[in-house]
Amino acid sequence: MAAAEITTLLESQFGSAITGTKLDSLDPFATVEPSKLVDVCLFLRDDPRLKFALLNDITGVDYLEPDAKKATKAGFEAHLEVIYHLSSFAFPGRRFTLKLVLPRWKDNVVGVLPEVPSVSGVWRTADWHEREVYDLVGVLFTGHPNLVRILLNDDWVGHPLRKDYEFPLEYHGIRCR
Amino acid sequence: MGLLEGRLEDGFMVTSLEAAVNWARESSLWPMTFGLACCAIEMMATGAPRYDIDRFGAGAFRATPRQADLMIVAGTVNLKMADRVRRLYNQMPDPKFVIAMGACTCGGGPYYKYGYNVAKGVDLVVPVDVYVPGCPPRPEALLEGLMRIQDKIHKMREFTKGDLAQLPTPARTGRVQLPPELADPAKAVAFLAETKERAKPVKA
Repeated sequence: MAAAEITTLLESQFGSAITGTKLDSLDPFATVEPSKLVDVCLFLRDDPRLKFALLNDITGVDYLEPDAKKATKAGFEAHLEVIYHLSSFAFPGRRFTLKLVLPRWKDNVVGVLPEVPSVSGVWRTADWHEREVYDLVGVLFTGHPNLVRILLNDDWVGHPLRKDYEFPLEYHGIRCR
Repeated sequence: MGLLEGRLEDGFMVTSLEAAVNWARESSLWPMTFGLACCAIEMMATGAPRYDIDRFGAGAFRATPRQADLMIVAGTVNLKMADRVRRLYNQMPDPKFVIAMGACTCGGGPYYKYGYNVAKGVDLVVPVDVYVPGCPPRPEALLEGLMRIQDKIHKMREFTKGDLAQLPTPARTGRVQLPPELADPAKAVAFLAETKERAKPVKA
């Protein structure tokens, strides 16, 4: 089943929850409404025509041009994306990608992380991947069993892969820059 | 004991206690197994038969800091590890020595500018005796570093009256002092513009 068929299947099943598709890219993807994410993922995993049993990766991307001069030419509004790469064991070689588009901060209040429902109940793999995205990009996965930092220390401040992240001057008495 | 065989009257030899103790110490430096990143591979090669750190008495890699004299910090020290490095250093018995092996431990290495999570040199965490630069340093370089530690032990005068043996203190503390023309961002931009202007070729 090609990506076009997968997207039509998803659109017929979920309608307006699928907010966009792009099929001519290297990894064809569908953009999903965050509130419907778990339903879409369960459908992708369990439907006998799809059988996406494997979650390869979860990635967070911060779309932000920190330079105010270049921001107008950047070609995108400042936002976050969370990307899910899926593949299937039942149909070898089949791949699909889901994307979520999020605001950089919840309700545009700086410091409040945007929320996404956790898919760790759908794929167990998602547990650590979501912790990593939370740690480095700063996305709050609601319903995650243990959402603590996975790479950095627990008392770390900020999320380093955000484009506007500022390095700490000092950490536990160790100079950092 | 090939050198001394059959040479001593009644098996006696006169030397200073310090010399004897220093000789024993420098000939049996026990390093701590402390590989943090890729430099550890080179440290292992140093311990293996081809380079054979055992020739210098430092081949007994201990798995606990309490039995070790020498900490070879081999690899990138990130900030999460830095706390542990300091703790392990504190657990080592005196006299203790530290070799900073590789570019990352000497000063941050390739992570100096954008490594948000890397300590910019292990000397910000524990006092360092010998720096072995390289990325990673060859085993010969590490052996050279070990011999510099041995030189240091050779000159220790622990039992002599007077000043106590000084433990090394961190060489770099505090922040990097930028020159005044780069101290704040506005000045830095102006300075860069000026340098650029100066670098322009003069029209004939």
